[in-house]
Amino acid sequence: MALKDSIAWYHFSAPKNFYPLAGKVIPWFWGLTIALLLVGLYLSFFVAPTDYKQGESYRIIYIHVPAAWMSMLIYLVMAIYAIIGLAWKVRLADMMASALAPTGAMFTFLALWTGAFWGKPTWGTYWVWDARLTSELILLFLYIGFISLQSAIDDPRRAAKASGLLAIVGVINLPIIYFSVQWWNTLHQGASVSPTMAPKMATIMLTTMLIMTFAFWMYTIVIVLMRVRRIILERERQTSWVMELFGAEASGEKDEKGERK
Amino acid sequence: MSEFFAMGGHGFYIWVSYAVTALLMMIEVIAVIRGKRTVEKRLARLASAPSRQ
Amino acid sequence: MSDGVLTSGRQRGLFAAWRAMLVRDLTLAMRRRADVLTSLFFFVIVVSLFPLGVSPEMAVLRGIAPGVIWVAALLATMLSLGRMFADDHQDGSLEQTLLLPHPLSMLVLGKVLAHWLVSGLPLVLLSPLLGMQLGLEGEAIGLLMVTLLLGTPVLSLIGATGAALTLGVRGGGVLVSLLVLPLYIPVLIFGTGAVDAGISGMDYEGHLSLLGAFLVMALLTTPLATAAALRISVE
Repeated sequence: MALKDSIAWYHFSAPKNFYPLAGKVIPWFWGLTIALLLVGLYLSFFVAPTDYKQGESYRIIYIHVPAAWMSMLIYLVMAIYAIIGLAWKVRLADMMASALAPTGAMFTFLALWTGAFWGKPTWGTYWVWDARLTSELILLFLYIGFISLQSAIDDPRRAAKASGLLAIVGVINLPIIYFSVQWWNTLHQGASVSPTMAPKMATIMLTTMLIMTFAFWMYTIVIVLMRVRRIILERERQTSWVMELFGAEASGEKDEKGERK
Repeated sequence: MSEFFAMGGHGFYIWVSYAVTALLMMIEVIAVIRGKRTVEKRLARLASAPSRQ
Repeated sequence: MSDGVLTSGRQRGLFAAWRAMLVRDLTLAMRRRADVLTSLFFFVIVVSLFPLGVSPEMAVLRGIAPGVIWVAALLATMLSLGRMFADDHQDGSLEQTLLLPHPLSMLVLGKVLAHWLVSGLPLVLLSPLLGMQLGLEGEAIGLLMVTLLLGTPVLSLIGATGAALTLGVRGGGVLVSLLVLPLYIPVLIFGTGAVDAGISGMDYEGHLSLLGAFLVMALLTTPLATAAALRISVE
């Protein structure tokens, strides 16, 4: 029994098998994403009560916090794929890491944008050197470092390994950066200015935020699966299964001179 | 209906944030789809070309 | 590798190899003294720009002095990172180093120490001059030197990983700073924090001990990362 499971397990780690699987799964995840988004948006605008202190502007929290969580989660998942890719030389893991990076960077940018637009009505300024916003900004630099290193190196195998190592170094330093920024912030400004979460989250607010977070999860999964399929095609273009996929007969039928029979 | 959009005076900030979120997501989806399509076109040309490199 | 120290029968231990790598890099650096001085002059020039840019008021300058000197030290270290492996990579001696029986991370430690002695330590020795220029007094200058003494090796160690990752990559110089600057932030925060605490009379032992902790952690982990990055870049 164990042997059979193990075979199944490796079956889908080969790009050749993962490609069709991802293709079949994507529509389902699209359905989930749209459904969750609709429910989340409806809740956040029509069901969640007005915050007694911040009035309506707190509703930005329903995209700010999920985006911030997603940006950190995606970086962590990227680092895990990088470790798998480096340690066991699983090419698909490297491809997943490079497929995740743009979405992670987008969520980080979104977290910063919505954080600023939440800060303006609530504290009067777009940018507050608050610990979380600052570490979110540094996380954006880490994403940009990952993506630019990946695109600067031509050979995809070396690019994947180098950026993978960078992701691992980054994820080890992330907590250190976060706590030193946290300390730096409390020293200079004190915690009063930071956009703390509404002190007591009404359950309906919390569920709305969780639904939005799941919606962002599903969105990330579907967008990354679509992007990884493109990366698989790009990096596996020399393989026969990709060629068959695009109409070339199986290479076996060609005679030596390469003309098609 | 209009007071709904006013959002207690902070409507601008809320709607712009949501709009930017939706916009970025759509841009990303379109970019990924177009990226995949160009790769597919290139591979199709590559596959049909008699001599594959 | 031309010099005989590495291959001479007598000294083949790990420490001998580490020392040989250190001596080799130092001699190479001394031969091209101009490169060494450019990053030092860069450090001095960048710091001297701030009174012109911000304001000649001593009170104002004293407030921003630690931050300015630390950021300038950061940038000066960044400037000289590119050279750490690039020359060896060009003339092929880096591959030879990879083939040595000794653990690569120890040899990397030798190279990083050489880089620090050449570009990090001079910053520490120059900092009192610039501290006075920005109106710092005795105790704050001493503190500045101590924080730089603890911090610049960490900059070299982490920078080595960035340099190894971007070996031979076009636009590598700019890329290194993009990769490495976020990782420098904790050292910058506690470095400047210690001097600020010293100036405003608060106790600074906590900052210094954290800087020391960063140094120990960097000494233990970054050579491994740099060695892995070198293997990726060279193979």
